Amino acid sequence: MNDQSNNVIEVENLVTYYGDREILKGVSLDVRDGEIMVIMGGSGSGKSTLLRHLMALETKTSGTMRILGHDIDSLSQREFFDLRKKMGVAFQNGALFSSMTISENVMLPLSEHTDLDTMTMEIMTRMKLEVVELGGFENLMPAELSGGMIKRAAFARAIVMDPKILFCDEPSAGLDPVVSSALDDLILLLRDAMQMSIVVVTHELESAFKIADRITVLDRGHILMVGTVDEVKNSTNERVFNLLNRVPEADNLGMNEYLQRLTGVEVKEESVL
Amino acid sequence: MSELNQQNRFIRLCERVGKSTISGVEEIGNGGVLIGECFYWLIYGPRIKQPVRLSAIFQQMMEIGINAIPIIALLIASIGTMLAIQGIHTLRIFGAESRVTIGIAFSIVREFAPLIIGIVIAGRSGSALAARIGTMKINQEIDALKVMGVNPVRYLVVPAMIAMVIMVPALTIFGDIIGLTAAGLYVNADLGISMAAFFHDIVDILTVDDLIHGLGKSVLFAILIAVIGVVNGAGVQGGADGVGKATTRSVVQAISAIVMTDMVFAFVATR
Repeated sequence: MNDQSNNVIEVENLVTYYGDREILKGVSLDVRDGEIMVIMGGSGSGKSTLLRHLMALETKTSGTMRILGHDIDSLSQREFFDLRKKMGVAFQNGALFSSMTISENVMLPLSEHTDLDTMTMEIMTRMKLEVVELGGFENLMPAELSGGMIKRAAFARAIVMDPKILFCDEPSAGLDPVVSSALDDLILLLRDAMQMSIVVVTHELESAFKIADRITVLDRGHILMVGTVDEVKNSTNERVFNLLNRVPEADNLGMNEYLQRLTGVEVKEESVL
Repeated sequence: MSELNQQNRFIRLCERVGKSTISGVEEIGNGGVLIGECFYWLIYGPRIKQPVRLSAIFQQMMEIGINAIPIIALLIASIGTMLAIQGIHTLRIFGAESRVTIGIAFSIVREFAPLIIGIVIAGRSGSALAARIGTMKINQEIDALKVMGVNPVRYLVVPAMIAMVIMVPALTIFGDIIGLTAAGLYVNADLGISMAAFFHDIVDILTVDDLIHGLGKSVLFAILIAVIGVVNGAGVQGGADGVGKATTRSVVQAISAIVMTDMVFAFVATR
C-alpha cells in the first residue's frame, strides 16, 4: 500500500469530455515524490489530455486532483499561482518564445516571480543552461537552434525555478536516437541531482524503459495498468502486450468487428469477401 | 423531390445564419470579458504580485506608435493636401476658396486624422497582435505562460491595450499637426495665404470640443483594435493557415468596427 503523504500528485476518478466525447473515463493515479512516472499509450489514448489535466491546463468534468497536497478545486487564485511556481513543463515542441533569446526565455520565470537583480538572474540562467549543456548559446534566438537544443532550452526554462514537479510532453519525439538518449540522461540527472518528481508522456518504448520508475499505460481513456518497468514488460494484459510489441490494432480484431468499426454498420456474417 | 431539396437548403441556410449569429455574439462576449480582465489585472494584479510591467508597455508603445510615425506622416500629409486641393477646387465655383481653412480644419481634426490613424494601426498593429497571439497559441507558448504562473492576459494583452490607448490618441494629435501643415503648405502655394494666417484661422475656428471629438474617437478605436486583435488571435484553430485567417479577419473586423463606430460617434456628437 502506497503511503499517500509521499505523493506529489493524486488523481481520483478523473473524467473529461470534449463535447459529447468522453476522453478520460475515470482515471486514478498517483505520482510519488522523487519518481519518474512515464505515461504511455497509443495515439488517442488520452495521455496528452491527462498531462494537460495534471498541469491544470484543462477543466475536468468530474473527479478530484491533488497536487503537492492541495486540492486544486479549492485553491484561491493566489494559492494557485504559488502552486504553479512549483511546476515546470517542457512541451513537445519546446514552446520557447520566438521573439526572445534563449537566455531571456529561461530567465522569464525568474523575472516574473522573483525580486532578484538582473545579474543574479543572469547567473542562475547561465547555470541552468550549463546543466542542459547549452552554455554559450545564451544569445541565440530559438529559430537558430536545432530540435534537440530547443528541447534542452525548454528543459532549462522548466527547471529555472527549481520546481518540485516537472512535466515533459514527448521529450524524444522527432529526435535521432543519440540526441534522444542524451535527453533521457538529462531527465535522470534532474531526478537524481535536483530530487524532482517527473511526469513524462511518451510513446517511445526504449526511452520509457530507460527512465521510468513506474509506468502508467493508458488505453482509450482507461488506465490498463500501473507498474514498474519489469511489471509492464511482463504483463499478461493483451492490450499492454500489443502496445509493447507494436501490434496494429486491426490485427487483433475479427473481420466483422473491423468492418463494423470502419463502416459503422453492424456486420452479422463473414460473407462479404 | 425538388421541394424537399429546397426545404433542406433553407434549413441549412438557417443553420449557417444561426451558427454565425451565435459565434458573433460569443466573440462580442469574449471581447467584453477581455476588457473586464484587463481592468482586473491593472487594479488587482499588483496585490497578487502579478503587476503589469512598465517595460512591456513601453515596448508595445514603441512598436505601435513610434515605428508607425513615418507611414502615418506620409498618409496624413497626403490626406491634408488632398483635402486642400478638393476644397479649393469646390469653393472656387462659388468664389469662396479663401474659406477652405474651415473645411480643412474640421475634416482633419474631427474626422480624417482619427479615422486614418485608426485604420493604419488596425492594419499594422491589430493584425500583428492577432498573429502574435495566434502563433503563440498554436506553439503552446500561451500554455507555457500559464504553467509558469504568468497570466497571459496580464502579460500579453494589458500592455498592448494600454499602449494602444496611449499611442492612438498621441498619433492622432501628431496626425492633426502634420495634416494641417501639409494642407497649409498647399493653400500657401495655391492661394498665397501665409502659413501664419492659415494657422491663425485654424486656431480661431477650432474649439477644444473639436479636439476632444477626435481624441475621444481615437480612444474608442484603440480599444476596438486591441480587443478584436486579441479575440481573433485567441480563437485561432489549426496551424499557420489558422493564423493567416485570424489575422485577415482581425483587420477586416477592426476596420469595419472603426468606420461604423465613427459614423455612430459623429451622429451622437453632432446632435
